[in-house]
Amino acid sequence: MSATAEMPPKNFEVKPKLDASGQPMGELLEVSMGPHHPSTHGVFRMDVVLDGEEVVKLKPVFGYLHRNHEKIGENISYLSTMPYTDRLDYFCSMTNNWAYALTIDRLAGLAVPERAEYIRVIMAELTRLQNHTCLIGFFVQDMGALGTPMMYAFREREKILDLFESVSGARMMCNYMRFGGVRVDVNDAWLAQAKKVTNEYGKFLDEFEGFLSQNEILLARTQGVGVIPKALAVNASITGPMLRAAGVNYDLRKVDKYGIYSRFDFRVPVGEHGDLYDRYMVRVLEMRESIKILQQALRDIPAGPFMDPKAKLRGFRPKPGEVYGRIEGPKGELGFYVISDGSPNPYRYRIRPPSFINLTILEDMCLGHKIADAVVILGSVDIVLGEVDR
Amino acid sequence: MLGEQIIKGMAITAKNFFGSYVSKERLTTVQYPEERLPQQGNTRQFPMLVFDGDPEKGLRCVACTICEKECPPQCIYIVKSKDKKPDYKGQPQLYPAIFDIDISVCMSCSICVEVCPFESIKMNTEFELSTDDRFGALLLHKNDLAKSNEYYQKLHPDDAKESDAALAVEKAKAEAKVKAAAEAKVAAEAKAKAAAVAAPAPATPTPTTTSSATPPPAVAK
Repeated sequence: MSATAEMPPKNFEVKPKLDASGQPMGELLEVSMGPHHPSTHGVFRMDVVLDGEEVVKLKPVFGYLHRNHEKIGENISYLSTMPYTDRLDYFCSMTNNWAYALTIDRLAGLAVPERAEYIRVIMAELTRLQNHTCLIGFFVQDMGALGTPMMYAFREREKILDLFESVSGARMMCNYMRFGGVRVDVNDAWLAQAKKVTNEYGKFLDEFEGFLSQNEILLARTQGVGVIPKALAVNASITGPMLRAAGVNYDLRKVDKYGIYSRFDFRVPVGEHGDLYDRYMVRVLEMRESIKILQQALRDIPAGPFMDPKAKLRGFRPKPGEVYGRIEGPKGELGFYVISDGSPNPYRYRIRPPSFINLTILEDMCLGHKIADAVVILGSVDIVLGEVDR
Repeated sequence: MLGEQIIKGMAITAKNFFGSYVSKERLTTVQYPEERLPQQGNTRQFPMLVFDGDPEKGLRCVACTICEKECPPQCIYIVKSKDKKPDYKGQPQLYPAIFDIDISVCMSCSICVEVCPFESIKMNTEFELSTDDRFGALLLHKNDLAKSNEYYQKLHPDDAKESDAALAVEKAKAEAKVKAAAEAKVAAEAKAKAAAVAAPAPATPTPTTTSSATPPPAVAK
């Protein structure tokens, strides 16, 4: 007897609501939302069972964007995987690069120079800024605020993408970090421009928040919707802003202190209710903390080399071993697990994608809410299908 | 008051809307085909092959196929030549008989640029490459890819200066090596001559192996 026969799935059979006389009030309606649905942030499908307008069952279906990333990673060299990591979460290519570079740095025992560490922090925090800004734009758009907030978000994001392009060569597919450092050094003009963008970002956030944070419609749509209890969030291994919105103080920048994050003075915003509004607010506050980190990093960045001299591009063969490296990406804990057998290709290459694991409790968040709320809840998870499907 | 914050938000929108008529800061869009923004510093699109002087003879590529092996999406196809031609250092080197890049597969990652030991493959910044030809037009051949060093210097002046300097160092090294070899040869000959003079037993002259290829010892030391 198999284990599945003993334990039927939670919503194995759903029945429509009964009226006072014990008769069903109507029929259930099964709706397939997606994969080509504008609210699903990519090719993602939700099989929703509706009783009236209420969600009684929800099954997320993914895999439409599966492209064998992990297997490809085992068949090409360590360096060649780097541009593929850009395509995981295509909003945050810099943090993806960093997570992979950090993993291989540990595997090969490379020491990252001081300046490269600072550059990495600056890039990661800029990525966090633009990711959260865009996410809030999309999130508000899912609620029906078509256009305006998202356009403002994209206007600001473009300034950060210009910074990325001028140093790495590409707006989104940066391919910038390398094992033991970064690919190109930043110059003083770039640092000055980054300082300018950072200092102006607070002003933009004030405007953006004045626009949204107290807005009655946003409050009505988000407060008390899609609540994740603290225990469920921990049990489902949710990470990132979603976990912190549920009230768990867990940020890898504080817990792991990877890179040089122990040097910066910043706080971790933690929510209280675990609802959509908390998730929105945690992200806004995180952006303000990111600005603080950026200002400190841009002030303190030292001169010096930006690459470990021991690191080599061609014929890179780390010693046999295995390593798990993780960083706090904008979406949560992004981990890379690599086993090396001493050959030019990794023996095993595995990714822990934050938005995929955050998506697993979508049904628990959506049950009992209206179908229109399911769209907003999905928006608050902050998924990028490139990372979910890999 | 209910709706107060909505009105506040409207005010912000209005400020941005009317501000776009007044301040350049708030007007963030450009009318693309007529109006163009300057390209950002290190911007990259698709690879090109740099040559010095003649596009056929001056091609820096020596068909080592490192880029072909490292290319993540495997979009480079190289066939080595059967014969050799002198490179910029004067040494005989292979050259690519065929060098194709399928830019419909290329993902502009610039790994090929990083691994190239000969400063040959570089990133172009040309981006308006759309075509209605579904088959051949996006497969670039050697003569499509070949771009002059002057073109590259215009695109990325700093990087071009760096690569030129690296090549100059290599060339100087090679020249020094050739010179040292020639000097060593001259010295060896002189030594042999001296030995022949010291021991005049054999009547035949010492067999000098000077070939016509080596530069003549112009300045007698």
